[in-house]
Amino acid sequence: MKAPLPALPDRGGPAQPMLTVNGLRRWFRLDGKRVIRAVDGLDFSVAKGTTLGIVGESGCGKSTAAKLVAGIEPADAGEVVLDGEVFWARGARIGPEARRAVQMVFQDSHSSLNPRMTAAESIAFGPEAHGVKPGAARDYARALLEAVGLPPDRFADRPPMALSGGQRQRVNIARALALRPRVLLLDEPVSALDKSVEAQVLNLLVRLRAQLDLTYVFISHDLSVVRYVADEVAVMYLGQVVEQAPASVIFARPSHPYTRALFASKPSVDPRRRIAAPPIQGDPPDPVDPPSGCRFRTRCGFAEALCATGTPPLGTVAPAHRVACWMTVPRSGHSQAGVAA
Amino acid sequence: MSATVAMPAKAPGTGYWRGVGRRFARQPLAMAAAMVLLVVVLSAIGADWIAPADPFQTSVSRRLAAIGTPGRWLGGDELGRDMLSRLIHGGRVSLAMAIVPVAVALVIGGFLGVLAGYAGGAVNMAIMRVMDVFYAYPSILLAVAIAGALGPGMVNGMVALTLVFVAPIARVAESVTTQVRANDYVVAARLSGAPTSMILRRHVLNNVAGPVLVFAASQVSVSIIAASGLSFLGLGVSPPQADWGLMLSALRQALYVNPWVAALPGAAIFLCSMAVNIVSDGIRRAMELRR
Repeated sequence: MKAPLPALPDRGGPAQPMLTVNGLRRWFRLDGKRVIRAVDGLDFSVAKGTTLGIVGESGCGKSTAAKLVAGIEPADAGEVVLDGEVFWARGARIGPEARRAVQMVFQDSHSSLNPRMTAAESIAFGPEAHGVKPGAARDYARALLEAVGLPPDRFADRPPMALSGGQRQRVNIARALALRPRVLLLDEPVSALDKSVEAQVLNLLVRLRAQLDLTYVFISHDLSVVRYVADEVAVMYLGQVVEQAPASVIFARPSHPYTRALFASKPSVDPRRRIAAPPIQGDPPDPVDPPSGCRFRTRCGFAEALCATGTPPLGTVAPAHRVACWMTVPRSGHSQAGVAA
Repeated sequence: MSATVAMPAKAPGTGYWRGVGRRFARQPLAMAAAMVLLVVVLSAIGADWIAPADPFQTSVSRRLAAIGTPGRWLGGDELGRDMLSRLIHGGRVSLAMAIVPVAVALVIGGFLGVLAGYAGGAVNMAIMRVMDVFYAYPSILLAVAIAGALGPGMVNGMVALTLVFVAPIARVAESVTTQVRANDYVVAARLSGAPTSMILRRHVLNNVAGPVLVFAASQVSVSIIAASGLSFLGLGVSPPQADWGLMLSALRQALYVNPWVAALPGAAIFLCSMAVNIVSDGIRRAMELRR
């Protein structure tokens, strides 16, 4: 496949993180004084050529975080650094050429394709916006359809209505790839698909990442999916990261009580290991009025007085393993400090 | 993945509109209304050739002649002029006065609405609150007030009607644009770094145009009545021009002498307004994208 757009340059070499997010914040003002803290001080980074899985309950700010990182939704504070260069900081506009570097694949494959455009037209739009001639953009779109497993002779001229959910998601992936991005933000890309189709799309994503040297941020609430695709996992709770570690580490030794509860709530395929009671009780607290100190304390079995007064820092407990919990901080004053971790 | 969908679906470009035409043709009532409109529009365009008599030729002996009188097949008006010819010629004026304001309002209101819907925030606020001021008055009352302020005359009447229809069309355009803009395909287009004008042209206008056009078409039925109302009140077309509203006004004294003839212009207004309504409803139904 010959791409009509030039590849974006690799600046810092393999050791430099592809994407670093610092102190990202987005509060939605409801009326007057009430504020929803959708994303409230988000920090994470992703190494080149890897996949970061972001997991968390519904409403914890995962999707907002993706839009903030992509620069499509204005952030109140924070910055995103892309391969050593500021992708955006508050108030700055992203130029069209820089924009190409970060693309998104959305969950709802229906609303993510224009109902009045064919598959090929949807894919060709981006390159055309960057000055590629319509004819060349069309050929490129057909090549991309081939690359995502849709024979262009059959699919190029179809409107989204004539495509299945899995096919539409493949078109979405092709459209995101058309700009030759370096980072793909995948916001629940397979959540709306049947299990069999889900596996096909996941395999496609894994293959494309290696082929095109991409870096993924994979947002999902499905732990099995994240376990399959992610090299590194960040767990979000009420707009903040509470734990980040390599996938093998976090699935073997989850340290934050929320992470443990989340993993325990995943039903086992072995019926003898069925769990009797849900490990987390109740709904997450209202993001309008989050609990003081540690945000998980209202649902945590280990909560103590300290958890209500002080916000636990996202500290390193082992190489590449960061946790925001007082129990992992030695001499923090928590009775379990140094025991659990 | 169900890779084998037998039907090779066509691109929506041409295929979509062909599908709309097919679905429209399947609605008998809408087709009948479309035929009525076609006859009215064609006779209005060809009034000079079709009308059997001179619409301005008075005849003392045939004043308020009954329907069926030779030479005055649909009767004579208060000056003995041929009703049929006047209705045909009047249709030209009445339709022009109804359609032109809506067409102009479509351009102005559509532009304002799409701008407000796509820009959002303060721009939306500024535009839509001004529209709300116009919305606060019933459309006929507003038309009468503006026409009254501008003074009588066909052009002033059209200006008044245009101002009346800008606000509702802008509101529909704004709400449809706001909906379209929230779709992820617009987010994806913005992510591609495409200039706003290109996103509007390729992704927004495409999806906004249909519903807004259908709404504007439905407003023509209101406009026919409002335009006739203005002429009826002496604020639109002035005599001796033939116009349905004006004819209705002049013939209302004859209501007790020859009610059938006096009711004809009213019937023409009713028929056209109704037909426009049914046709626009039929188009709306035919345009629904089924998933």
